[in-house]
Amino acid sequence: MKRVLTSIVFFASLIAVWELAARYGGYSQVMFPPPSSVAKYLWQSAGDGTLGSATLVTIKRLLVGYAAGLLLGIPLGLFTAKFKIFQDTVGVLALGMQALPSVCWVPLALVWFGQTEAAMLFVVVMGTLWSVIIATSDGVRSMPPIYLRAAKTMGSTGLHSWVRVILPASLPYLVGGMKQGWAFAWRSLMAAEIFVVILTGFGLGQLLNYGRDLLAMDQVMAVMVVLIAIGLLADKLLFAPWERFLHRRWGTGTLK
Amino acid sequence: MSIEHELKNSSAERIEVDRVSKSFATRHRTVLALDSINLKIAEGEFVCLVGVSGCGKSTLLNIIAGLEQPDSGRVLANGEPVTGPGRDRMVLFQEHALFPWLDVMGNVLFGLKLKPGLTDKERIEVAGYYLQLVGLEKLRHSNIHELSGGMKQRVALARALAPNPRVLLMDEPFAALDALTREQLYGDLQKIWQARRKTIVFVTHNVREAACLGDRVILFSPNPGRIRREFSVALPRPRDINSVELAHYSTEITAALKGFTPGDGREASE
Repeated sequence: MKRVLTSIVFFASLIAVWELAARYGGYSQVMFPPPSSVAKYLWQSAGDGTLGSATLVTIKRLLVGYAAGLLLGIPLGLFTAKFKIFQDTVGVLALGMQALPSVCWVPLALVWFGQTEAAMLFVVVMGTLWSVIIATSDGVRSMPPIYLRAAKTMGSTGLHSWVRVILPASLPYLVGGMKQGWAFAWRSLMAAEIFVVILTGFGLGQLLNYGRDLLAMDQVMAVMVVLIAIGLLADKLLFAPWERFLHRRWGTGTLK
Repeated sequence: MSIEHELKNSSAERIEVDRVSKSFATRHRTVLALDSINLKIAEGEFVCLVGVSGCGKSTLLNIIAGLEQPDSGRVLANGEPVTGPGRDRMVLFQEHALFPWLDVMGNVLFGLKLKPGLTDKERIEVAGYYLQLVGLEKLRHSNIHELSGGMKQRVALARALAPNPRVLLMDEPFAALDALTREQLYGDLQKIWQARRKTIVFVTHNVREAACLGDRVILFSPNPGRIRREFSVALPRPRDINSVELAHYSTEITAALKGFTPGDGREASE
């Protein structure tokens, strides 16, 4: 309770200082709007549906692209760990591609797919895929071989040992890779949305950039607040349950 | 299949090791880990394989388990050649090899879930029975990292016993435990062996441990790995590791072991 209170006091003070500085600091309120204007914009745009529809567009792009990246990346990662031929091809490719900031795919995606959802999807998948492949294959290869031997004596073979032994044994790596993939996907999607107008949907990035064009910094800041909220929410909904599970089972997460 | 049927003692298995040889290539030379080993183990017998590190005793255990293949020769379990791992021959490793992503119950259930002919409810009952047998009934929902080393080995024992194997293969399962915990487990293992009637092959380099547990103690020597001598331990059970009679046997076995071992045999006397 005391810690919650500490946080509340901290953020309340932060907002108060910001409000006071913007109002009485002698800055232009257009360039440096107070939190009350940002809140007002949030309220209005939530009311007229602008914010809601932009958020939906962005989240849909992110979730679809991210899911596709996982569905592709996890099996490829397993193959990379299991088969030499995948290790020497896909594995090497993934290492190289992971070094490339995924926003670099945006120009190519636009040329290839035009200003469409496909371009957005492509960028998000490129952000997710490689780190998921690498994390999965690292996870499998760092599994103590004794797990598999023990499982074999109990009658586990083939698909059963992949699903019931190898995959869960690699979970700590896998969740790390999924988080990293998520972070890359999220950042590259925002960069893409801010860069280019996509004709098929008006996302948060575009809303943010639109605010710049209108010199409406309250809009820009409001969208930033929403982006932060989505990031926090994703962490809570997508990863926190997995991490709690890992910490509970593996006994990690606290310095004892 | 009913619970009573599932928990019924399966008839223990007879094992025959028939001229088994196995060599390993290291960077400099080839080591003959097992040189034409012949060994017959009766149904329900408790046999200990003793020798210094590198004498091939663990390799032989893995071959009996079906986890490794011999270069030549074969292993028969009840007359059938062993070609791979099987539920009738469970292994207890030196490292507990429990799965951290499952709780205690989940670990014990792992092999049971792969066993056909049982309902999930029956599987849970069977797992509960074996957890009780090793004295950990209360910890069924604990995580593996919360257990002590001795408890982990007990869970591993329950997990190995749960599918009701006819043979239990144990590869220095207590070597990493402290002396007190080990002594408790000697007692427990003897009790369980008498209650559940399994054939047990137990690999160790601890002569006292072997004399305490085994009906027979088989002495291995390294380079090449060969069986050098056999001792029958004719002491009533349960045996106490600290008893004077046992000390007599272990002295004799240790002396024999030193005779076959280059160097002073310190590793073997422990």
